[in-house]
Amino acid sequence: MAVFLTKDSKVLVQGMTGAEGARHTARMLAAGTDVVAGVTPGKGGRTVDFGERRLPVFDSVAAAVTQTGADVSVVFVPPRFARAAVEEAVDAAVGLCVVITEGVPVHDTLRFWARAQAAGTTRLIGPNCPGLISPGQSSAGIIPADITSAGPIGLVSKSGTLTYQLMYELRDVGFSTAVGIGGDPVIGTTHIDALEAFQNDPDTEAIVMIGEIGGDAEERAAAYIDKHVTKPVVGYVAGFTAPEGRTMGHAGAIVSGSTGTARAKKDALEKAGVRVGQTPSETARLMRELLAGRAGTV
Amino acid sequence: MDLYEYQAKELFARHGVPVPRGRVASTPEEARSIAEELRAPVVVKAQVKTGGRGKAGGIRPAPGPSSTEAEARHVIGMDIKRHIARTVLVEQATVPFEEYYAAYLVDRADRTFLAMVSARGGMDIEEVAATDPGALVRMPIDPVRGVDREIALELAARAALPEDVREAVAGVLVRLWQVMVEEDALLVEVNPLACTADGRVLALDGKVTLDAGAGFRHDHEALADPAEGEGLEAVARARKLNYVKLDGEVGVIGNGAGLVMSTLDVVAYAGRGFGGVRPANFLDIGGGASAQVMADALDTVLADPGVRSVLVNVFGGITACDAVADGVVAALRMLGERGLSRPVVVRLDGNNAEAGRAILAAARHPRVRVVTTMDDAAELAARLAAA
Ligand SMILES: Nc1ncnc2c1ncn2[C@@H]1O[C@H](COP(=O)(O)OP(=O)(O)OP(=O)(O)O)[C@@H](O)[C@H]1O
Ligand SMILES: [Mg+2]
Repeated sequence: MAVFLTKDSKVLVQGMTGAEGARHTARMLAAGTDVVAGVTPGKGGRTVDFGERRLPVFDSVAAAVTQTGADVSVVFVPPRFARAAVEEAVDAAVGLCVVITEGVPVHDTLRFWARAQAAGTTRLIGPNCPGLISPGQSSAGIIPADITSAGPIGLVSKSGTLTYQLMYELRDVGFSTAVGIGGDPVIGTTHIDALEAFQNDPDTEAIVMIGEIGGDAEERAAAYIDKHVTKPVVGYVAGFTAPEGRTMGHAGAIVSGSTGTARAKKDALEKAGVRVGQTPSETARLMRELLAGRAGTV
Repeated sequence: MDLYEYQAKELFARHGVPVPRGRVASTPEEARSIAEELRAPVVVKAQVKTGGRGKAGGIRPAPGPSSTEAEARHVIGMDIKRHIARTVLVEQATVPFEEYYAAYLVDRADRTFLAMVSARGGMDIEEVAATDPGALVRMPIDPVRGVDREIALELAARAALPEDVREAVAGVLVRLWQVMVEEDALLVEVNPLACTADGRVLALDGKVTLDAGAGFRHDHEALADPAEGEGLEAVARARKLNYVKLDGEVGVIGNGAGLVMSTLDVVAYAGRGFGGVRPANFLDIGGGASAQVMADALDTVLADPGVRSVLVNVFGGITACDAVADGVVAALRMLGERGLSRPVVVRLDGNNAEAGRAILAAARHPRVRVVTTMDDAAELAARLAAA
């Protein structure tokens, strides 16, 4: 098993005919993903060849779902069309919608989030995220599949490249699922949602949680870990040197006044019993120690 | 993007939110002529993007043109919490009978909009919020329905505003919501929202933050701060680089916001061993890392005279390390002499890392040092910066 995405997931790509969409569809297929369709309004009826796979393009998500049984959508459409694209996926009751697009207006995210909540049938991941991967099974998004392997660690992170870094450092141990939840101020799936899923996933033995400055999602996650997570968790927080009031690359990565600091997040995690690394490499080392310790006690 | 009060009030006026008559001035003489036009007592207000101006002496009443000029002379150049007032807003003085508080903002944690209203606005609202939280009404706003008259009246009632002003306040709340939605604002705050003795309701202050991500559907460029258009950050912006200037000695270039933030931390951590060496900047070059982007990045970082060494930290994912290494080599060739001015530590990890390191080794650039791990790279960059 894995969380949110497995080998049985049938993936459609919104924006597959665009440059980014096409490039990453090819990579997802190479990673073993069962990509079944593309959706581009106005281009329905065409097909796109990816090596020996020929994928149909539909005008709407609803049509793609009816024809192919897709249950995951990956959104590669530009910011100005992202809201309409996500709402289409929500209205078609696609179970998981992964929004890769960076630069979606916050008002749009709030609106499609409200719509997804009201419908109650779609999990949103992102926007502004690298997506998720269950190595050896399926990949929905842009996480490179060839830097890691399948294994017992679950990972959740706001940052794409820090996800890659940790996946690579722990590639010999491997991952059940790595979820990049995105760096926007408002996102769908949170650290807590992923922690809950990993806690309930029999194939996940330990969890890496990566956070960064901005908001208080990490503090909330720490409280959740304290109460509900019995599997071991190691953490990492980026942004100790970030100045107050400046956006650091991610739209959501900003310290406002005294809220959103890396220090507060690290402290909260440590109070919840999470071992927090000083650097990504140390975080990987802590995970190894933890797994070795567990192996030793069996 | 945060706006100045005068810009916020211009937006308010455009959406029908009543504000005092007035204009912005950058010299005392200009301030005087605005007061002459207004033919009324005015208030001279320091334009800085921070709160607490009143308490800092940046809000000064002036009965006539000559006192306006004198007050403006006093306020222009004033330092309020490390923000220098370059301009003043000169606006008609309004005698508030009561001061309320109204704000809309984005609640990140609950993923919704939040309205906040209080009957006890004015300069002590933070204290009200802290000591009597019940006096500050908070209500989530459904993003699809928004704030209509009914919801606005509910807000006014819950905040226990006097009954005879609720209708007028509700009208303003609906218009402020239009500012929020139509301008793609992340924050619209009015404190005080004044009610005058003759029952008029108007915004005496305005704080607005616009969503930079929504820039494509607005013409908000004119609202950008000219003061932010200077220096290295402006140069970087023109090159479409995501750069934040800091004040340390190690220039940092990397791919991905999270990895770059982390690199700054690791540099600062390593720098403790070298007398407190710190990162000089944040610079995220994103995915591709072409030779041109790398050259622009190196050129920007090396233009900072405080930089004593550079750390290029790239994780090769989709763009593998050999391509990144080719980019670094080509970038240094493009920079010529400039690329020789300070040592450059390169750390490549991820896909094709070996091949990438081999390319850098073969190029034999005199100032480039290749290191395998991020921690060791930060340590070397800090050591070189301290040397
Ligand atoms: N046009 C005006 N006429 C009369 N009084 C005014 C006017 N503008 C502001 N004031 C008074 O000055 C006080 C402070 O002004 P304002 O709220 O604009 O600045 P501020 O103190 O920086 O606000 P904040 O604390 O919200 O940052 C107001 O509470 C109000 O009483
Ligand atoms: Mg005020």
